Amino acid sequence: MQLSKDKLIDAYTRMKKIRVFEETMRDEFAKGTVPAFIHLYIGQEAIASGICIELNDDDTIASTHRGHGHCLAKNSNLERMTMEIFCRADGLCEGKGGSMHIADLSVGMLGANAIVGANAPIAVGAALRQRVMGENLVSAAFIGDGASNQGAVFEAMNLASVLKLPVLFVFENNGYAEFTGVDYHCGGGDIAGRAEGFGMPSYKLDGSDFFAVQEAAAEAVERARRGDGPSAIECYAKRWYGHFEGDPQHYRTKQELETIRKVSDPLKIFRDKVEEAGLVDSSDLDTIDEDLLSQVISAVEKAKNSPLPNLEELTTNVYEKGSY
Amino acid sequence: MTIKTYREAIIEAMILEMKRDEKVFVIGEDISGGRGCDDFDGEAAGGPMGLTQGLWDEFGAKRVIDTPISETAIMGAAAGAALSGLRPIAELMFSDFFGVCFDQIYNQAAKFRFMYGDQGATPLVIRTMIGAGIGCGPQHSQSPYSIFANIPGLKVVTPSNPYDAKGLLISSIRDNDPVIFCEHKALLGMEGEVPDESYEVPLGRGKILKKGSDISIVAIGQMVGVVQNCIKNLEQKGISAEIIDPRSLSPFDDEMVYDSVEKTGRLLVLDESNPVCSFGSWITSMVSEEVFSSLKAPTKVLTPPHCPVPAAPNLEAAYLPDMETIISASENLKNYT
Repeated sequence: MQLSKDKLIDAYTRMKKIRVFEETMRDEFAKGTVPAFIHLYIGQEAIASGICIELNDDDTIASTHRGHGHCLAKNSNLERMTMEIFCRADGLCEGKGGSMHIADLSVGMLGANAIVGANAPIAVGAALRQRVMGENLVSAAFIGDGASNQGAVFEAMNLASVLKLPVLFVFENNGYAEFTGVDYHCGGGDIAGRAEGFGMPSYKLDGSDFFAVQEAAAEAVERARRGDGPSAIECYAKRWYGHFEGDPQHYRTKQELETIRKVSDPLKIFRDKVEEAGLVDSSDLDTIDEDLLSQVISAVEKAKNSPLPNLEELTTNVYEKGSY
Repeated sequence: MTIKTYREAIIEAMILEMKRDEKVFVIGEDISGGRGCDDFDGEAAGGPMGLTQGLWDEFGAKRVIDTPISETAIMGAAAGAALSGLRPIAELMFSDFFGVCFDQIYNQAAKFRFMYGDQGATPLVIRTMIGAGIGCGPQHSQSPYSIFANIPGLKVVTPSNPYDAKGLLISSIRDNDPVIFCEHKALLGMEGEVPDESYEVPLGRGKILKKGSDISIVAIGQMVGVVQNCIKNLEQKGISAEIIDPRSLSPFDDEMVYDSVEKTGRLLVLDESNPVCSFGSWITSMVSEEVFSSLKAPTKVLTPPHCPVPAAPNLEAAYLPDMETIISASENLKNYT
């Protein structure tokens, strides 16, 4: 289905925001200003954007340690998210979560998660609102190829299938589980095929292509809202950088890294498609680029200049106030 | 006032809360009787111990959700449901099974409030069976509440009788943090007076079951009943024991214990967990730090030995602290010079 110009602009904005944000984070990490580990999402922008563009604020996502892209694609507050990565008092999680644990419940972002695969059952739990309360909602879990081997993910798929819950299991196959290649770590090598074994429809597609992701997401979301249960979407994509910033990537060749940036750039693929088809003017997209860069730079400056949490906050919010 | 069993008290608490709040639901293995009871016309079994009997008939499969044997999925789904506004009661059939799903409990549910900067609550109750005494052997008889109590963000409750079981469960369901509700399997048939109406027993408030002046005895879970059986013998030996049931371990009513020890000068703790880093040792450690000058004798903790729970009836009987051990330990404390 042909997307409206507004939706195309929205898609590009989500993807480009992630790219600009992550490039800026990379620079900041190199300067030593980021107080914690970060895992960059560059190369996978089309996946988070293609899924989240089909979701509403009431719909939920459960994210991963590589969660900045999911946050931004779900329209988390840019400034408060940046503050959280810098562990500031006014961050989304008041500085106690940091990059690997950002959540923004106000937009249904149930949290990045530093336990690989643990987010999948949580997404299933959010989807229970459809069964228990009759709410019309969808819940998506982003799962790396590494996480796809975790028992929690299998249990989550089975439960979602048994209870016919509105869940999207979005597998981001970026080729590496930390340092270990998918050809080594994934028995049978067919992540979407495993999902089919649980009785759910599954897709395999090019995760560098926004349109491929968005089209599958639209179908899966519709099926979920109808009450017809979960789907799996396996997106092949390339992780442009290391597992974490600072990873020397001895397990990859220089040539691999050069090639993927040429042939697997989700932003370039998107621009080429929409510009060739005359759907959006190049200059409109250039304006977006400039605008996003200034938004991100301003958010980073604001974060760096905002205070760390007060020491009195060390032991707050372990329990509900006054209940312990 | 009606006489009800510990099991009936637990079921009644769930029914009352499910009627009160449509967000409350129950999820677990075989809790309606298998297959979600969708093509079953008999009475739903309500789990292997009958602890959810009647719930499916009253509330149906939307809110009484049978699951596969899949504890990680159950606990994770309950955590996710709680984070997104529901109030799940998740059944972990035996607490021993925490080993296959603890990540969802201690890394996820327990940390949500803190690590997400208080954006939302995690109103989750994990009902789980603890305890030795009925021959279930090493993997179905443990009392891992000390491990649960060690985790910031979790609350831990250990009802010792039907009245408290109902009131504590209602409080736990209404609580906005994850609560591990430890049901002792040897107590399920225990009878006691339980009002029909709804009431709360607050978390973090202990109860003095008997006043005394010579020794403070803090007993957890099943141990409460055992020490109550010792009262006469202790009196015959001229020992006036003050008996405290903390009822919840986290939060813990430390003030009640300090006040008692300040009066008696002696402390005995009866605890069914493993002895190393047991909850009992934490109680004695706190007492030593806070009211050391009141102590007339060293504090004492009675637990099982540091071994798994055995299956053989004679070994299991020897495993648990019994009346004889309790009386002898009390005498030693009383006579300590």
